[in-house]
Amino acid sequence: MNPAVLIASVYVFALAAFLGYQVISRVPPLLHTPLMSATNAISGISLIGSLVLAGAMKNQPSAHILGFVAVTAATINVVGGFGITDRMLKMFGKRKAEAKPDAKEAAK
Amino acid sequence: MSLTSYFMEATYLIASILFILALKGMSHPETARRGMFMAEAGMLAAIVGTLVGTEIVTWVWIIAGLTLGSAIGAWMAVSVPMTAMPQRTALSHAFGALAAALVGVGEFLVHAQEMTVVTRGALGFEVMLGALTTTGSLIAAGKLQGFIAGKPIQFRGQNAVNLAVALAMIGCFVYFWIHPENVAVFYTMLGMAFVFGIMLVIPIGSADMPVVMSLLNSYAGLAAAATGFVLQNNVLIIAGTLDGFSGFILSVLMCKAMNRSITNVLFGGFGSVIAEAGSATAGGVMREISLDDAAMQLAFANRVVFVPGYGLATAQAQHACRELGELLECAACGGQRSLLRALRDGTDQSRVSFYRCGRGHRRQRRSKSRCARQSQVTDRGHADSGS
Repeated sequence: MNPAVLIASVYVFALAAFLGYQVISRVPPLLHTPLMSATNAISGISLIGSLVLAGAMKNQPSAHILGFVAVTAATINVVGGFGITDRMLKMFGKRKAEAKPDAKEAAK
Repeated sequence: MSLTSYFMEATYLIASILFILALKGMSHPETARRGMFMAEAGMLAAIVGTLVGTEIVTWVWIIAGLTLGSAIGAWMAVSVPMTAMPQRTALSHAFGALAAALVGVGEFLVHAQEMTVVTRGALGFEVMLGALTTTGSLIAAGKLQGFIAGKPIQFRGQNAVNLAVALAMIGCFVYFWIHPENVAVFYTMLGMAFVFGIMLVIPIGSADMPVVMSLLNSYAGLAAAATGFVLQNNVLIIAGTLDGFSGFILSVLMCKAMNRSITNVLFGGFGSVIAEAGSATAGGVMREISLDDAAMQLAFANRVVFVPGYGLATAQAQHACRELGELLECAACGGQRSLLRALRDGTDQSRVSFYRCGRGHRRQRRSKSRCARQSQVTDRGHADSGS
């Protein structure tokens, strides 16, 4: 790997780590489970890597097969993860007015 | 760079921003759903960008994988009852981690010999974290579902075995880093990581699984970030790292909410329980009682402990539970008369005090009890026969 690219990647990594920490550090316990489910869905981003493996490797049948399994697994994670999160969050929707004081109370 | 690559990088940038906004939105109840839609949009943007920007040789496997995965994923999300959500999350997680590990193996098959030292290190991390998260999540799902005993599974010399597995895995990793030509070592590392994932989760009780899942989530995120380093793909690095660190912080927050430290959750099972394993009577017997019996018992109880669980949240019974608590509390400090007044006026005259004790969110209330309020407790619609 070219050193300049590596350094840029490390920058991206460090800043993203910092952001992840900052954004999440004040979440009410009420939202812990949906948030876990949502980050689970986001971790399905390895789908991007799977797509490259399944389609972009030249003359590599074994990589294509592995990639196919990886794409399937990652898509299950993405679709399943978002579906589950959606169902969890739907339960907040109906009682918005009541959910708010609960969140405050739970955060104490 | 060609035009399509520019397009791909642009979508990656948009996707990254959307992921950040999504996490931000997820941390407030009002904006949580919007946040989730942003994450979905980000994921879609990243997928479209990748398909446009990379030179795809064969579409067959991609389309087959996407279709099959969507079908199974949608079925998993829709079919599951609300009470079984945690284990489905764990299961879906195992798939994501498996994908990361497989991408690593694929990269190894194709490019192992021409990789630089840094890329090889990232590849090793990716495969290790992906593999151990896969089996760890499967065990977590099994424990929550009840396929595997929910209580901590422990045996003599567990620490030594775990340490040996971990060292073997790391040893293989280092050897692979220096000598990439040895294929057997790479696969031994993979196998060891699978075993280590199991060893990591079995000594933890199923009540602590959410914390473990959040932590495994963090590992899967870091595995995706490592994939980003291998493929030199920024959206993988950003989304993976965001996920990795927010997952870690989230597991720390969850521990705090339970009044426990994360080391206690992860390693609390080790050692301490072995001593009392012989005499421990975990489980007990569940007794089902009728509504009237429950009211009677509550009315005569000196101490009442509420242990809200996931089922209570699913039934959306938080408010009902709180009202019940307030009723008991009223009775405890003001006696029967004030309880009745409170019921009539619809206000509570006594301050409700919550305090947490021991493990989990137990809310404890004492009530000096008289039999009078049994009917109010049963349900507020009935006549106040007891008074």
